[in-house]
Amino acid sequence: MNALDATLTQYIDPYYLRIMILLGINIILALGLNLITGVTGQLSMGHAGFMSIGAYTSAILSMQFGFSYLMALLTGAAVAAFFGFLIGIPTLRLEGDYLAMVTIGFAEIIRVFFLNFEPGGRAVGLSGIPQHTNFITVWLIALIIIALNTRLLKSRMGRAFYAIRENEIAAASTGIDTTRLKILAFTAGSFLGGLGGGLYSHYMYYINPQDFGFMKSIELLNMVILGGMGSIPGTILGSFILTLAPEMLRIVAEYRLLFYGALLVILMIFRPNGILGDVRIYDLKKRWGRKEVKTCQS
Amino acid sequence: MFWEQLLNGLTLGSTYALIALGYTMVYGIVQLINFAHGEIYMFGAFAGLILVSFFGFNLIAAMLVAMLFCMLLGILVERIAYRPLRGKSSRLSALISAIGVSIFLSTLMALMAGTNTHRYPEVIAHQTYHLGSLDLSLMQILILAVSALLMIGLQFMVQKTRIGKAMRACSQDLDASYLMGINVNRVISFTFAVGSALAAAGGVMVGVYYNAVWPYMGMMAGLKAFAAAVMGGIGSIPGAMIGGLSLGIMEIMGVAYLSSSYKDAIAFGMLILVLLIRPQGLMGQKISKKV
Repeated sequence: MNALDATLTQYIDPYYLRIMILLGINIILALGLNLITGVTGQLSMGHAGFMSIGAYTSAILSMQFGFSYLMALLTGAAVAAFFGFLIGIPTLRLEGDYLAMVTIGFAEIIRVFFLNFEPGGRAVGLSGIPQHTNFITVWLIALIIIALNTRLLKSRMGRAFYAIRENEIAAASTGIDTTRLKILAFTAGSFLGGLGGGLYSHYMYYINPQDFGFMKSIELLNMVILGGMGSIPGTILGSFILTLAPEMLRIVAEYRLLFYGALLVILMIFRPNGILGDVRIYDLKKRWGRKEVKTCQS
Repeated sequence: MFWEQLLNGLTLGSTYALIALGYTMVYGIVQLINFAHGEIYMFGAFAGLILVSFFGFNLIAAMLVAMLFCMLLGILVERIAYRPLRGKSSRLSALISAIGVSIFLSTLMALMAGTNTHRYPEVIAHQTYHLGSLDLSLMQILILAVSALLMIGLQFMVQKTRIGKAMRACSQDLDASYLMGINVNRVISFTFAVGSALAAAGGVMVGVYYNAVWPYMGMMAGLKAFAAAVMGGIGSIPGAMIGGLSLGIMEIMGVAYLSSSYKDAIAFGMLILVLLIRPQGLMGQKISKKV
């Protein structure tokens, strides 16, 4: 643990500090997946693959090549983005569940690759990664990402992403270059995946290919869908719930995953479009505004 | 050597095909990737194990009862976790619900049976037959025969019976079938029941063949079977059979001639290659999209 976190632990319990750091990392990862799946509507079930590329690349760069923390993070994210670009190309031809299968397959291939990758310690994993990630860096990066994401989604390009999700053919016929934008969404989303992975490996000290398996991809997908597809507050809320839920459920000990599974089903039955799925912050503001007017009149 | 491996591949592939059929049938009708399907397969393997070791059933009887049990389980899962969502949510919400069921069921089994690997007692003689230079074990013959029988039976049911006709109608257009007086909910329940029964048969046979049953066995098998279904063209029943068989053969051949540590990567790599060449899968039909 580094000096900054050591000072923070005087005020915050280390356990809560750890959860908050992991929450920040999860928000970055989930926002990346949100760009691909939530906003552009391309179902990706292999986000943990990009995360592992970022995690391993940046860890090896800072351990063996003496890269600075920031450079290692950015290079790891760039390598992940390159692979996202490569995966983006088949999306030109595949759609829906065929694409989902390719992303699952890609993430599995990456996992098997790292299981046999000598510099990454094979199945034993990589340990002794310098612990550069702390509360401030994680949340600083997370806030920058949230701000950039908000700007992006309000821009012309962001609206084009939503248009592709709603109806690709209609989007194309209004002059949107759907091919270019789909690749762009994949590249940007996997960049964030790699960035989150780099932050993760520089926080955890030890990484192992099993950390980035299919269940991790599914967990990230749950965060995006649970909160409400394509909405930034929704994705943050989803990350918040799914990072905290396993910790809260520790009181039920070995029944933890049982409750977690049941929770997913129940949430989907009662909020089928995600928790914030059919709520828009803009509408809420309007509704609250109107209420105030009514109270004035009465 | 080659023929031996081909036979092993066919054996593995026919179990993939049995599981893949459940994915593809459900997908054909409700466009849902039923992620809990792998867990139904695992429950089938455990049901068979319990019947054989505690109640002294023979293999075939245990398989039949396990199939019946999984039919009920499949119907129950559909009733509780998917039906309330149908029609009022996006397909992705149903997918999350399916993932929830999958986590729930595998944890439930891990709590009940422990996370250790369980073994089937000796239920079938270790007998091998020689066919020219080929060694065929009794279990391999059984797997190939039972899978072939089940698949022919399924094909007959879908093509020739009344309920099969209703299933085909529902897979073309759910709303129109409803208007034509088909009880859509019953057809969907029936589809889940048939798919789950096939998965249970696969689970029992894999459990005996590889002599290993454990609570998390459903995940990788489910992923591979889903890959097989997609490779064959999801929604197509012959596609799932061919996809399963070819995935099994590719995997065994890859292990035999390339490298065993890349076993899973080979299967998925081949799948990606097939999809790049034929984006709609081997047997899938290309649907022209319109607004």
